[in-house]
Amino acid sequence: MLITYLPVLLIVGFVIFMATMVLFVNSLVSPKKPFREKLSPWECGMEPIGNADAGHFKVHFFVIAILFIVFDVETLFLFPWAVVLRDMGLVAFVEMFIFISILAIGLVYAWKKGALEWV
Amino acid sequence: MTFDISNMILSMPEIIVLSGACLLILLDLVLDRNQKHIIAYLSLLVILVAAAGTWLIAGNSENILSGMFVIDGYSTFFKMTFYLATFLAILLSINYIKVEGVERGEYYILMLFALSGMMIMASGTDLLSIYVGLELMALSIYVLTGFIQHNGSSNEAAMKYVILGAFSSGVLLYGISLVYGLTGTTQLSDLAAVLRGQGGPDIALILAITFLVAGFGFKVAAVPFHMWAPDVYEGAPTSITAFMSVGPKAASFAALLRVFIAALGPVSTSWVTLIAVISVLTMAVGSLVALSQTNIKRMLAYSSIAHAGYALLGLVAGGPDGIASVMLYMLIYTFMNMGIFGTIIMMRKGNFRGENIEDYTGLSKVNKGAALLMLIFLFSLAGIPPTAGFVGKFYIFMSLVRNGYIALAVIGVIMSVVSAYFYIRIVMLMYMKEPTREFDLAHTPASSLALAIAVAGTVIIGILPTWFLELAKSAIFPG
Repeated sequence: MLITYLPVLLIVGFVIFMATMVLFVNSLVSPKKPFREKLSPWECGMEPIGNADAGHFKVHFFVIAILFIVFDVETLFLFPWAVVLRDMGLVAFVEMFIFISILAIGLVYAWKKGALEWV
Repeated sequence: MTFDISNMILSMPEIIVLSGACLLILLDLVLDRNQKHIIAYLSLLVILVAAAGTWLIAGNSENILSGMFVIDGYSTFFKMTFYLATFLAILLSINYIKVEGVERGEYYILMLFALSGMMIMASGTDLLSIYVGLELMALSIYVLTGFIQHNGSSNEAAMKYVILGAFSSGVLLYGISLVYGLTGTTQLSDLAAVLRGQGGPDIALILAITFLVAGFGFKVAAVPFHMWAPDVYEGAPTSITAFMSVGPKAASFAALLRVFIAALGPVSTSWVTLIAVISVLTMAVGSLVALSQTNIKRMLAYSSIAHAGYALLGLVAGGPDGIASVMLYMLIYTFMNMGIFGTIIMMRKGNFRGENIEDYTGLSKVNKGAALLMLIFLFSLAGIPPTAGFVGKFYIFMSLVRNGYIALAVIGVIMSVVSAYFYIRIVMLMYMKEPTREFDLAHTPASSLALAIAVAGTVIIGILPTWFLELAKSAIFPG
């Protein structure tokens, strides 16, 4: 039985081999010209202040992340809803509108509180 | 799934509280910073409307929303307790958060969200709906705990609470998933039917039950899951300490009783001993550690741990007597604990915090009224007749004796004697010593109303307990 999974094992081995090979060859032949901006941690184009490894992130990143999760979860619910919408009829239609308007209240709140303004 | 209008009508109180909170968020955005008390009064209005709605649909007993949610006397009784706790906490907060300099509309809105979470916990008849209600309540309380942003200990309390709370939620969910894996259902009455059909409880089920006990034990601050309580109670805004020592505690007991008696009742032999050991430890640690506290909020945190131990004894006793005695105890505890925190909040004025027990020295010489109120609430917490606290403990011990747990009742009585010491010590400081400083109490009409309600409840239930006990007895769920 287990033998039927042999192709999976083969492809896992092949992927690991290819990935390490590509990285290895790349490190041999790529040009290396480091300068200050290139070495700095990437922060959405913002000038970094202090050390990122000490956890000194701008609090705005967390606010944006939370807002992202809200809409991520909304999408997560919208897909199964769309699949069964025909069977469930008007009730499901109205319920989803209520759900989205509750999320919209959250967005309006965050917007008015300045969560979307960067500086 | 067909649409059933009764689903909406019977969950109307929850819908009122949630949509009221959502509307208040929008209103809060357009209000000026010095108009935030409007949100407070509108929140009180929302609670009153929801209470009226609960009153109108009381008497129904129906399982709605595919068996996830129930309207019965039990949930109605607890919801009324939650309305009371939230109402009193908001009344006490209006002036207090102004003094602390954190007057924001979100404060009251988060309390409404916590209230709706508690209501879902009391009405939930499925482990998952109970869990969702619990998280809604807990997340709101985490934020409220850290509401005084410029205060380090408030932030620390919120941080500790959120990390330990998330951990305990994980433990609880693990228990729920094990129960589902073993029985194939999370619906409480189905669960009871499956467990009745099985023979003895197997080892995996005992593991699952232990996880559930740990998860709920954290929420009610039972030993050994009580470590968070003193720090969180001390750091949180005093009005929130008052709120979370009664509301969420009562909600957790509502869910705990329903889960353990209605669903896990058929296998009670596998958890009664565990709960009995935990309740004895909880009473002992709560009462003994409270003896050495110097901060009154910390002392009341340990006292609240001890009270959770007494209420757990009611679960051990089980049966209609046990359930009714816990319900009555939670109602009484709401009145007396709100009252004692209300008097502590009155001490907070200007830069004076009034959080040390020594601060109350000689209070009776300066302000007779405030000292008398504290005396009544402290006597009630200690369980001295004719206050309500005595009645609550009396019925719990009676239900224990009736069900044959005489040893546990004796331990409970001994522990309440120990706890009398630290309550009476404050009374002694207030009445027997000369004042060392000026007292200037923060009186407002709102806090006076809250204290009047609390003292009325404490005294009336103490003198006329039968009506309230019959009310609780008529409201228990079958199981």
